[in-house]
Amino acid sequence: MVDGFLNAAVLFANFVLVPGIAYGAQLALGALGITLIFGILRFGNFAHGDLMALGTAVTILVTWWLQAHGVSLGPLPTALLALPIGVAAAVAVALVSDRLVFRYYRVTRATPVTFMIASVGVMFVLNGAVRFIIGVDDQNFADGTRFLITANGFREMTGLAEGLAIRSTQVLTLIVAIVAVAALFWFLQKTVTGKAMRAFSDNENLARLSGIEPGVIVAYAWIIAATLATLAGVLYGLDKSFKPFTYFQLLMPMFAAAIVGGIGQPVGAIVGGFLVAFSEVGLTYAYKKLLAYVVPDSWASDGLIQLIATDYKFSISFVILVLTLLARPTGLFKGKVI
Amino acid sequence: MSLLTGEAMCGGYGGADILHDCTIQVDKGQVAVIVGPNGAGKSTAMKALLGMVPLRTGSVRLADNDIGKLSPQERVSAGIGFVPQTDNVFTSLTVEENLEIGAYLRRENFSTVAAEIYELFPVLKQKRHQFAGELSGGQRQQVAIGRALMTRPQVLLLDEPTAGVSPVVMDEFFDRVVDIAETGIAVLMVEQNARQALEIADLGYVLVQGRNRYTDAGEALLANPEVRSSFLGG
Repeated sequence: MVDGFLNAAVLFANFVLVPGIAYGAQLALGALGITLIFGILRFGNFAHGDLMALGTAVTILVTWWLQAHGVSLGPLPTALLALPIGVAAAVAVALVSDRLVFRYYRVTRATPVTFMIASVGVMFVLNGAVRFIIGVDDQNFADGTRFLITANGFREMTGLAEGLAIRSTQVLTLIVAIVAVAALFWFLQKTVTGKAMRAFSDNENLARLSGIEPGVIVAYAWIIAATLATLAGVLYGLDKSFKPFTYFQLLMPMFAAAIVGGIGQPVGAIVGGFLVAFSEVGLTYAYKKLLAYVVPDSWASDGLIQLIATDYKFSISFVILVLTLLARPTGLFKGKVI
Repeated sequence: MSLLTGEAMCGGYGGADILHDCTIQVDKGQVAVIVGPNGAGKSTAMKALLGMVPLRTGSVRLADNDIGKLSPQERVSAGIGFVPQTDNVFTSLTVEENLEIGAYLRRENFSTVAAEIYELFPVLKQKRHQFAGELSGGQRQQVAIGRALMTRPQVLLLDEPTAGVSPVVMDEFFDRVVDIAETGIAVLMVEQNARQALEIADLGYVLVQGRNRYTDAGEALLANPEVRSSFLGG
């Protein structure tokens, strides 16, 4: 019986907990960028998913180039070496799109809806650019050690029937996310520019009257958002695979995460990221095997005990989004109302 | 020659003029107060000095410089501190961070200026790690003025600073305004509480429908029977 529960726990950890943590960290990084742009520029940036795809695509191309030249980081993925160039490309694209598109609407003091629709335009352009650069197919670029703990290794270690595999990319995701989030919060809480960003987000007019230059603050917001987007994209790509369409689709869970946490609130984006990730992974997992360990055989079900088919996983983000907007529009951490 | 002069200002938010040939001046170390009935254009006159209301004619000068063409932000850099009537603190920032943002343009000696402000408003020092949004109305007003003073202004503009503040706090507050003026800053206030404000005013402006109706020393206005009966409730 104890073995049954242990096996069930391992099964749960292997298919829900560990993947959920990694996916949650990736969503959190993406949602942070969305929430930051909303806080400073006051619109929902629909181009965020494709900005993420662009930074990742550049990282992948540089990774392949490095691999072709025999460069490797040993156990770590080569993509980490290529990451700074991907980040730089995404930052450059974000700043150029701001200069060419969003700045005009800022000067004319356009409504947030106008900004949002303009960002849909930027989204389509980036969308096409990414497909043009790297194609529409799945790309795999992970190398280095695949597993820190393999399922078989875990079974031998513990003698349990079920194995717990921990991929190196999952651990890498968590480490990078923790470092990035810590750096972001340090920046926002401790540096003059970070405080100025928070002030600008809180009360734009008063910030201007205090001599804060909107241009500088906006540029910082794009730099940070593009950096976080590329980090999220590369980690997601290493963990799973890269496909432009998938990244476009990630916009939905990322927005849901930012809004359920309270848009404009960085802490909310992180909590929201994990909430959405665990809802998605938890509701699409088939619990049949897990239940077989903890309930008597006679209770065994014929079905998979899967609450929602994986094909419908985006409906979960959508439901979270709708419920938040209906029941608590400011989100969990009292963000702004869209 | 006053430090800040808005001379013969005509203008408004587009459409019909709100200000008609309105002149407001304040000099170093003075407290000047703009009073008048609702809709007299008091706040508009102040905002015109800051450049938040476009002027059709008239000029705005700070010391010897024409600042009429500068944006509000540029006027802040030139030495005008402004405390808006509402939304005048960063509610999600701590008291100290509010002051730091005020010092954004003059970063070099933050701690000495902050110390002066904590001396002026001791309660802010106690509450410096609290969020400004958690403070009472009177304390928020102190944060707002502290933030504006951090820009080291030559002129401080206060738009109805005692709106929604209790009478006891108000008296205390006017004492602080006098303290601020004594440091050599020119203070210009728009006030609803005309009587109390005129008591501390070196110079008072009574505006009616965007025009200067009476301009005199605060005490003289308080003693003027016409002003008393029409604007101060007898």
